Amino acid sequence: MIWLTWRQFRVQFLVVASVLAAAAVVLAVTGPGLLDDYHRLADDFIANLGFERLNPVLYNAGQVLLYAVPPVIGAFWGAPLIARELETGTHRLVWSQSVSRWRWLATKVGFTGLAAIGITALLSLAVTWWSDPIDDAINAGQQSNSYLPRMFPPVFGARGLVPIGYAAFAFALGVAIGLVVRRTVVALAITLAAVILVQVLTPTLIRPHLMAPTETYLTVSLDNIRGFMLTGDGNPPTVKQIEVASGSVGAWKLSDRTVDKAGNTVGTLPSWVIGCEPGPPNQTAAERPEAAACFQRMADEGYRQHIKYFDADRFWALQWREFGLFLLLALGLTGFSFWRIRRDLS
Amino acid sequence: MTPVLQARGLGKKYGRRWALTDCDLEVPAGHVVGLVGPNGAGKSTLLNLSVGMLTPSAGSVEVLGGPPGAQQAKVGYVAQDAPTYARLSVADHLKLGAKLNPGWDHAVARRIQRLGLDPKQKAGKLSGGQRAQLALTLGLAKRPDLLILDEPVAALDPLARREFLQDLMEAVAEQELSVVLSSHLVSDVERSCDFVIVLVDSRVQVSGEIDTLLATHFRLTGPRRAAKDLPGDQHVVTESHTDVQSTFLIRTEKPILDPAWTVTQLTLEDLVLAYMASSVPAQPERPVLEVQR
Repeated sequence: MIWLTWRQFRVQFLVVASVLAAAAVVLAVTGPGLLDDYHRLADDFIANLGFERLNPVLYNAGQVLLYAVPPVIGAFWGAPLIARELETGTHRLVWSQSVSRWRWLATKVGFTGLAAIGITALLSLAVTWWSDPIDDAINAGQQSNSYLPRMFPPVFGARGLVPIGYAAFAFALGVAIGLVVRRTVVALAITLAAVILVQVLTPTLIRPHLMAPTETYLTVSLDNIRGFMLTGDGNPPTVKQIEVASGSVGAWKLSDRTVDKAGNTVGTLPSWVIGCEPGPPNQTAAERPEAAACFQRMADEGYRQHIKYFDADRFWALQWREFGLFLLLALGLTGFSFWRIRRDLS
Repeated sequence: MTPVLQARGLGKKYGRRWALTDCDLEVPAGHVVGLVGPNGAGKSTLLNLSVGMLTPSAGSVEVLGGPPGAQQAKVGYVAQDAPTYARLSVADHLKLGAKLNPGWDHAVARRIQRLGLDPKQKAGKLSGGQRAQLALTLGLAKRPDLLILDEPVAALDPLARREFLQDLMEAVAEQELSVVLSSHLVSDVERSCDFVIVLVDSRVQVSGEIDTLLATHFRLTGPRRAAKDLPGDQHVVTESHTDVQSTFLIRTEKPILDPAWTVTQLTLEDLVLAYMASSVPAQPERPVLEVQR
């Protein structure tokens, strides 16, 4: 049965595996140089990356590849696995050999699924290891416009365990959809769309609920102010929201709301708050006395920012939870497939 | 001896439509059974139920004395249109059979060479006849006690049809297995089978050994008479009347004594057609059995 599974799967496997193997080799070759730069340049490491050509490209390519692998695996490995058999009627050939449907499905799903998990794990390991100096430098507080802390959604989903969970989920989803839809191309399209949708929605809809965030209250100051959201065509306009820095380097901020003295969220701030509008960066209080006075008035009247965030230290805890969640979903979908295969399919 | 196939009140429903109703059958071992009926009569449904591809909506079916699917190694099945993996070669298919069947017989599998199939040829490039032969080889080489073939020759031209059935009969003689094959052509059954099941409108109309059926069915022609006036042991299958003459097709185990009748023997085709005609009024849109020689 393993022979047949491999015989049917080898082309798809070799296509994906050769791309990923090539990527892993490139990362393995360039990684030591990057790590060396990290130790040599210390605090100038990130700034220096801006003058390099290859490494920034590799950084982004690795990230893109890790996001692309789960939908590709789901659509091209998962969806056709059963759908193609049902579409061409070959399930009737293979089920009339001396092998039960369950053993047949278990071998196909087990073999292909483990390949999907293994190959994604390999790529994720390579990318995570390669990017580690950059992630470290960012988390240590080196400033950058191009690189985000690894806790931020775009990076988080391309590091560590999360891509593996996505790949397992995408594969199981593809198999289940193929089994229900029974048309290879339709199943492939639905799986592709569904997996991408899940990848897009997870950071906003699911990830914030996986752990209790750290909560804190901060008074707004010239040092931590990051932005105003303005509304209205009045001159001056009114301030809807204020954004401040969380104060925790590398943390992912989930919410940032202004509350008044009583602790209630403020929808629109008083009109005088416009005076606190941030000016050019890196100004001191002495250079902008009117802004400093405005911030002082906010503090006096009891306005504070209520901030929720995941700090950088909880990266792996959050990774494990998201990985576990998607692995559970994958197991559930596989269970569904085993239930469905027992029903009439001819 | 356990019957190879036994159905009791067997029925299968697709949505709200019954594809097979109230099917009672008993097929003894050692026969080549022909399952005939028009397209859409439920032949495939009955065979799919027998091999466990489908589960019954009503009643039960037993194969070789057990539930379908329980003795997968002992039941060979060649599905309709002889499905094969288009991208695998003939040799790959034989390897597949050898890997997935504990009782695989390499000697039987070598018939592929006798048939002149190139082992390196991809199954997708085979002709309909060659594909059917490949599927039959897979079914035979697992050495089943019962081989079920669903419309094995439907896609073949008359010559390939004859050759396929001849090969099948040779294999049956060598391996001593029971065979159930379905066809919508009586001629296929006449050529190869010794037991027939006539399935029309999702019901079994008649089943039995062909010799016995032919020995107990007659056409009576004579002066006009009503069906109810016939003796109680003569069951009317079909009747037709003109002003002065009646023709009955009857089943009886007793000799026909009435000297008024001209008694004619039936061919298998007459018999099958009669059973199909007898159910036609119920569903007139059904296609009538094709006759092909």
